[in-house]
Amino acid sequence: MKVTDRQKRVFIAVDVLLILMMVLPIVAAITLKVLTTPASDGVSITGARIFFTIPMPLQDLPITESQINSFLVLISIFGLCLYMTHGLKVKANLRRQHIAEWIVEKVETMVNESMGDYFKGYAPFITSILALSAFSSLLSLFGLYPPTSDLNIVAGWAILVFGLITYYKLKSGPLKYLKGFLEPVPFLAPMNIIGEFATPLSMSFRHYGNVLSGTVISALLASALQGLSRMVLGWLPDALASIPVFQIGIPAVLSIYFDVFSGCLQAYIFAMLTMMYVSGGFSLEDYLLRKEKREKRKAKNKKSKINDNLEVV
Amino acid sequence: MLELAVGIILGCCALGAGVAMIAGIGPGIGEGNAVAKACEAIGRQPESKGSVTSTMLMGCAVAETTGLYALVIAILLIFVAPNMLVNILLKVIG
Repeated sequence: MKVTDRQKRVFIAVDVLLILMMVLPIVAAITLKVLTTPASDGVSITGARIFFTIPMPLQDLPITESQINSFLVLISIFGLCLYMTHGLKVKANLRRQHIAEWIVEKVETMVNESMGDYFKGYAPFITSILALSAFSSLLSLFGLYPPTSDLNIVAGWAILVFGLITYYKLKSGPLKYLKGFLEPVPFLAPMNIIGEFATPLSMSFRHYGNVLSGTVISALLASALQGLSRMVLGWLPDALASIPVFQIGIPAVLSIYFDVFSGCLQAYIFAMLTMMYVSGGFSLEDYLLRKEKREKRKAKNKKSKINDNLEVV
Repeated sequence: MLELAVGIILGCCALGAGVAMIAGIGPGIGEGNAVAKACEAIGRQPESKGSVTSTMLMGCAVAETTGLYALVIAILLIFVAPNMLVNILLKVIG
């Protein structure tokens, strides 16, 4: 089959559209930040900016920078995924297909190694957690507010993971799950219940604390360097004194650790802990035993029903 | 009088934040131990460097959690608590 000129042109056009879909959300976020941030001289540490609030019956729902940024990241990742998988062929001739295949293979082996065969279908979920968390933290490279340094966003993911853990614990035996609270001695039950809720709490605090501490330390360093360069160049005329000598380059070293390394590491750890907790709360043997019992009961019910019918006849 | 009360609140918040960060000692020692052991393990078995490093990073991040709890408390004490406490004080005074 020969590729015509027209097909080639369409392919490139779609490519360009997908790249735009990847880049435009980030550009939009930067524009929004530039337009809404009031001009100020000093370096300040603030939380997410609240754009507007939606009145709700219980409490007003504030729409903040972190929500908008996280949705923009979602759109951007969606565009990236579409771009990576655009023009897939059996015999790969595009570089991006190799990269996409490499990512899929890596995550699948990781999931297989740490979760076991039963959880094979978890690879997409883990990949999306990894991508969302990593890209959200990396957003601070553009000078934007990283959504992961807002507790609400990370707590949402952690609650989702907590739901999954509880679901799998219940799946391998509700009675066993309830009994687990009374071990080793019944009067420790409150401690066990607190321990159960500590899982999502520690997961969200770990992720959010790491990213937030990076932001705070970077801001402190930036203000310190600003002061330093003013002190050193203060005796010069105004035009020269405002040159940011020390602010060039030095914050970048910290940024490599706090933004790139820490962000990616936290994403990896969040995904790893998700896998460990979810697969750790589930025991395949108990589940199979329960399934067998249920099927036996069903068969029994069927038999008795047939018998009833026979008697009626 | 009011100035004194507000001053006490602000000062105690700052003190509390500083005291909370003493918790940083624990994760420091723990992570140091973990890294030392990982270095030993790599020295003994250089071929297992990849898995040792990833396990160590994972363990370090988990050990860091207690320190981060302290950090969260300190940040709350510095950025959130003063406002809240002063508001409560003003409400009490009327």
